[in-house]
Amino acid sequence: MPRQLLRDGRVVADDWTYLAETGNETAASGSDATGLILTFDQWLGDKAKWLEAAVRLGVVLSPVHKVETLAPDLSRFELIGAEFPGPSEGRGYTQGRLLRERYGFIGELRATGYVRRDQLFFLARCGFNSFELPAGEIEDASSAFSTFSAEYQPSNDAGLALKLQRR
Amino acid sequence: MYRYDVMDKTLVNERVTQFRDQTRRFLAGELSDDEFRHLRLRNGLYLQRHAPMLRVAIPYGLLSSVQLRALAAIARRYDRGYGHFTTRQNIQYNWPKLEEVPDILADLASVEMHAIQTSGNCIRNTTSDHLAGVTPNELEDPRPWCEIIRQWSTFHPEFTYLPRKFKIAVTGAPQDRAASLVHDVGVHIVRGPNGELGFEILAGGGLGRTPIIGQVVREFLPREHLLSYLEAVLRIYNLEGRRDNLTKARIKILVKSLGIEEFRRRVEAEWALIRDSRLRVAEAEVARIRGFFTPPAYLKLADTDPAAGKDAAFRAWYRYNTVEHKVPGYRAVYISLKKPDVAPGDATDAQMELIADLSDRYSFGEVRVTHTQNLLLADVEQDKTFELWQSLAGAGLATPNIGTLTDMICCPGLDFCSLANAGSIDVAKLINERFDDYDYLYDLGELDVKMSGCMNACGHHHVGNIGILGVDKGGEEWYQITIGGAAGADASLGSVIGPSVAKVDVPETIARLLAVYVEQRRAEERFIDTVRRLGVKPFKERVYAAPVAA
Repeated sequence: MPRQLLRDGRVVADDWTYLAETGNETAASGSDATGLILTFDQWLGDKAKWLEAAVRLGVVLSPVHKVETLAPDLSRFELIGAEFPGPSEGRGYTQGRLLRERYGFIGELRATGYVRRDQLFFLARCGFNSFELPAGEIEDASSAFSTFSAEYQPSNDAGLALKLQRR
Repeated sequence: MYRYDVMDKTLVNERVTQFRDQTRRFLAGELSDDEFRHLRLRNGLYLQRHAPMLRVAIPYGLLSSVQLRALAAIARRYDRGYGHFTTRQNIQYNWPKLEEVPDILADLASVEMHAIQTSGNCIRNTTSDHLAGVTPNELEDPRPWCEIIRQWSTFHPEFTYLPRKFKIAVTGAPQDRAASLVHDVGVHIVRGPNGELGFEILAGGGLGRTPIIGQVVREFLPREHLLSYLEAVLRIYNLEGRRDNLTKARIKILVKSLGIEEFRRRVEAEWALIRDSRLRVAEAEVARIRGFFTPPAYLKLADTDPAAGKDAAFRAWYRYNTVEHKVPGYRAVYISLKKPDVAPGDATDAQMELIADLSDRYSFGEVRVTHTQNLLLADVEQDKTFELWQSLAGAGLATPNIGTLTDMICCPGLDFCSLANAGSIDVAKLINERFDDYDYLYDLGELDVKMSGCMNACGHHHVGNIGILGVDKGGEEWYQITIGGAAGADASLGSVIGPSVAKVDVPETIARLLAVYVEQRRAEERFIDTVRRLGVKPFKERVYAAPVAA
């Protein structure tokens, strides 16, 4: 069964495959229908090849990776993921905001790893629009986006109108 | 004081709904202990030695009488009839039931209060000077800025999962009554090159296992940039702060390892990119918030001497428990929560209700919490201090010891806290029993004793003139003593005098330290000054010269 994820508030079948899942990590192919997601190291390890490869490309950052290092090639990616190794990880929130606000990334911004509905409100406000949630949690999760109906900070929710702000 | 608008109200109500659902999922087994821990901690809920502990935010220590009555009602209905005021101007309940916490939060929300971000690795309650707005030499009331920071930091989407907790203190006067130098970030209102008001920003202070005094990151920040600058500091910390080791995760370790120059360079580089963003604080917004902190309707009065002709008990109380007010005829009045036989910082439901009533009668219906775990009525007519004193004395709230040895800061210690190595409350009791002669206490003068039951330093022992730290020695409670610490504008960290001492020997150890002071002091010299002049040596020699007699 294909992976389900929450994207733009809807449960959808994932149309992306991680390179590790293809069973052929040297492949540089895919189809228009299925994009290929690399780890940051896979991308960096053969950047020249991936720049030329005829495939929709995504990359996942670990918390330690600097967003700046992707900046020159940002247009090559239709998807960027940030990995959350556990419930206390918080660097991805900054990575998301920087990608959206500073580098103008407009593709899919995906939260991977430990992602639960209690984080969705904050993740969305940092620009994430797709979420790999555990199977048992995915159906109910979208209500979490409206946990709070107002916020104190200027907002940058991806794809959503700017919300109320008082300053 | 600040009053919630529809948006503030909506947010705290939605938080109650969210937390009710999280608690339900935990009790239904849908969330593991660890998953729930990350959620409940962001709402001030610890699972402690005996029962959960709930910490409720009191933003910059300011309460209305209505709010204080609600806190009393919660103490009575959900707890054992008391609450504990903390060094960060919050209140803690030690005996709530987990399943009732959502109801407590709903009660709090009904009086514009909450427990949001009172624990967990996020931006905590912003604290301030308890004499804000009434102290004579203040540059500006810091509370509007605290409120602006409160709003910005509440549910900040980017900074809710920081490497570690993050505490901000704001002061507006030359004296630092908020321990800002031992905060993650200290914000000082200062004058700029052209006489305009702005901020000095410090970072990297903190207590705990590695006590460090904060350092200046920026000497002068124009006021409209406060939030963008804080955001830059937090962003550098969120990305660069250590997450591999809990004891090295505070911003102080980052500042120390980078060095203040490199830390400053990174913050300034980040800030340059966001300073002109929508985080700029508009003058109109400052004015709107400031409008909530306008002075109350003071009467036109002249200064008087209420102590003249009164008995010694009132005179002592007036001298020690009241301080100067910027408006003639008024006085700020401390309500001591340091009665010798009571745990420092504790107040009963009945006491809270009485204080609420007294604040309505004598102080415009407002009460403040001090970082030294006392309460304060900020705006009392001098001529009414005597009747106020009578009411307070009748309720055990007029112990005339503010600023003296027995006005100790003390954490809950082993009696309540699951982190503690040793008791604090019982040591405070021993000290009180030993030093019960007020003439002696007054002769000693200004003296800060601070006590923590473990390295986490909730009792700020590092910055006590005398600091007492509980340590575990083979299952027994022992105490390490430091001297020379201070928490104000001249903050310093105390030095350990030598090997730790047994619990029963703590009072005698303090007596020996004080004997050296009394013998060696020069005229008008405070204990801290004598320690700074002489160093630790003579004190150490006296303490360890002879075993403490049993």
